[in-house]
Amino acid sequence: MVEMKPLFVGIDIGSTTAKAVIIDAEGVIIAQAIQRSGYDFAAVSESVLAEALESAGSKRDRVAAVTSTGYGRRNVEFADFQRTEILCHAKGVHHYFPEPVTVVDIGGQDNKIIHLGAQGERLNFTMNRKCAAGTGAFIEEIAYRLDLKLEDLNGMAEASATEVAIGSFCTVFSCTEILGMARRGTPIGGIIKGVFRSVVKRVSEMDALDGKVVMTGGVVAHNPIVRVMLGEALGCEVGVPPHPQVIGALGAALIAGELSVDPV
Amino acid sequence: MAEIKKLETAKLMKKVMADHFYEIDAAVKSGNPKVAWCTSVGPAELLRALGFVVYFPENHAAILGASRAANDCIPAANAIGYSPEICSYLTSDIGAYLKGFTPLSKIYDGIESIPKPDVLVYNTNQCRDVKDWFEWYAREWKVPCFGIESFVNVGAVTKDHVDSIAAQMRKLAADITAATGSKMDEDLLKDTVRLSRKCSDLWKDVLEIAANKPSPLTFFDGTIHMGPAVCLRGTQVAVDYYETLLKELRGWVAQGVAAVAGERHRIYWEGMPIWGKLRENAQLFLGLQTCLVASTYCNSWIFTALDPDDPWNSMARAYTELFIVRDDDFKEDYYRRMLDIFDFDGIIFHDAKTCPNNSNCRYGLPQRFSKETGIPFITIDGDLNDLRCYSEEQAITKIEAFIEQLDG
Repeated sequence: MVEMKPLFVGIDIGSTTAKAVIIDAEGVIIAQAIQRSGYDFAAVSESVLAEALESAGSKRDRVAAVTSTGYGRRNVEFADFQRTEILCHAKGVHHYFPEPVTVVDIGGQDNKIIHLGAQGERLNFTMNRKCAAGTGAFIEEIAYRLDLKLEDLNGMAEASATEVAIGSFCTVFSCTEILGMARRGTPIGGIIKGVFRSVVKRVSEMDALDGKVVMTGGVVAHNPIVRVMLGEALGCEVGVPPHPQVIGALGAALIAGELSVDPV
Repeated sequence: MAEIKKLETAKLMKKVMADHFYEIDAAVKSGNPKVAWCTSVGPAELLRALGFVVYFPENHAAILGASRAANDCIPAANAIGYSPEICSYLTSDIGAYLKGFTPLSKIYDGIESIPKPDVLVYNTNQCRDVKDWFEWYAREWKVPCFGIESFVNVGAVTKDHVDSIAAQMRKLAADITAATGSKMDEDLLKDTVRLSRKCSDLWKDVLEIAANKPSPLTFFDGTIHMGPAVCLRGTQVAVDYYETLLKELRGWVAQGVAAVAGERHRIYWEGMPIWGKLRENAQLFLGLQTCLVASTYCNSWIFTALDPDDPWNSMARAYTELFIVRDDDFKEDYYRRMLDIFDFDGIIFHDAKTCPNNSNCRYGLPQRFSKETGIPFITIDGDLNDLRCYSEEQAITKIEAFIEQLDG
């Protein structure tokens, strides 16, 4: 009988989306899944894993260890380990960029800036203050207010020759400002481009972005224009790993693999 | 879940604080002795030497915060023009008054309200908000209100600083006498300063016992046990209390008792407590096997300059030497001294939304200190009393990630 190789799973229950990543013992991604987090984190952790397992063509009994992360990490009842999303993002990014980097993660409600050393060690980190300006929630709110589809925003911004400046810090005030522009007939593409620029400005003022900068999170995964804009702001090319939205789940899976060999 | 260790002396503190509030209540009801309100680092010794019993409304505001009544009260003060952006002690306390509420009535049978004073006395060494706070009550009750206008951003405390504040204190005493008839007893002043200094020395010894590894004391314990140092300094009661507490803590050290079982990390807390989350945060750090060994906040009631042989000048110096009054160079050096004493692994800065003077993370100080010493830090966004400014989930994630970082 052929022995089946073990699999390791990372589950990242974020404020907006739940992610599952399955890797093998070599750290290669076998499958991944993304679902809306909703309100029942225990249920979504089960369903997102089931989807990833189905995609992998595999069964639950091959899973050797699971690490949960994200705001809902305590709700993942089948997790063997729990770690914060700071650690998991650091781990996931270092997997692709084994060098000193500054990680800029723009998530649904949180932005994180994590400074990593050459061995992937966390030197320090910053999270956004108690304000969702500059996060995915900000973009979602703008899309909702303007009755636009989220998936159309990046294309609209890229196609626009104009760009407006969004002056407000606050999401609610920004919405008011944008609705005022729309009322005055400002081209919508320029407004959306300004919204993305605002996101980049908010994240740039959180901490010093030095050395090589790598972006992760759902916002850059779906809106590559923010990578370009951050690169323009910093005057250098910004790295983005494969699958930037599931990098925290990947890090969690890598930790599951390490801890199941050498539990701490 | 690990259990928070309780000091036996905590039972004594309940009695000491109950006696304090009943003494004030009795004074209000009988009209004798007169009652003064005083800010928490105001001239309490001077007021005692003038014959007053002294009430500290910041203590009342902290009780509002710790009992989570503050958020029911703050909106009432907001509604009369006191912004949600200003001191939430002020808005909690005035809001509670406007609603006719005090937690003292729940805790102490027979106390119906906060005590109406004969005089209100502030020192702006902490902030301007205390002056606004007391002046509101002065208008409400038509009670005289006096204060000391302190210096801010002080580097070295000079003779000029001391002379200025000492002169203000002498004028303050004269103004209070003129307004209330209470007379200064210079011998009583010396004795009060002596007792206050003794209390301060004992409180310092209590806090520095956390230099032991493992520490028998946490920041959370400190916030509870500081009650007598705030409200009863200058009395024998406070001296007796800290002698008892110190004896118990030394016993714990001798037995190797740790406040946090399996202490793995030692952290310095910079900023105000989040009063409404004391228990939850104490439990969080206990679970992380991390001891908050020291804080600027609890240290604020150490007044090593007090000298009974030179009461006026030494009071002036003591209330100007405070951390909160000083410039950032002093503060940076202060952290270095704390690092030498307590040997901590990291600092948590609490950025209290409504208390800028106790939020020392807004002018690059954490970054400068960290760069110079290699001590890592994080900043927690919150508030002393207004829990609307606190995102608990985000704070927990930051703290846990910080401990993961320290784990390496």
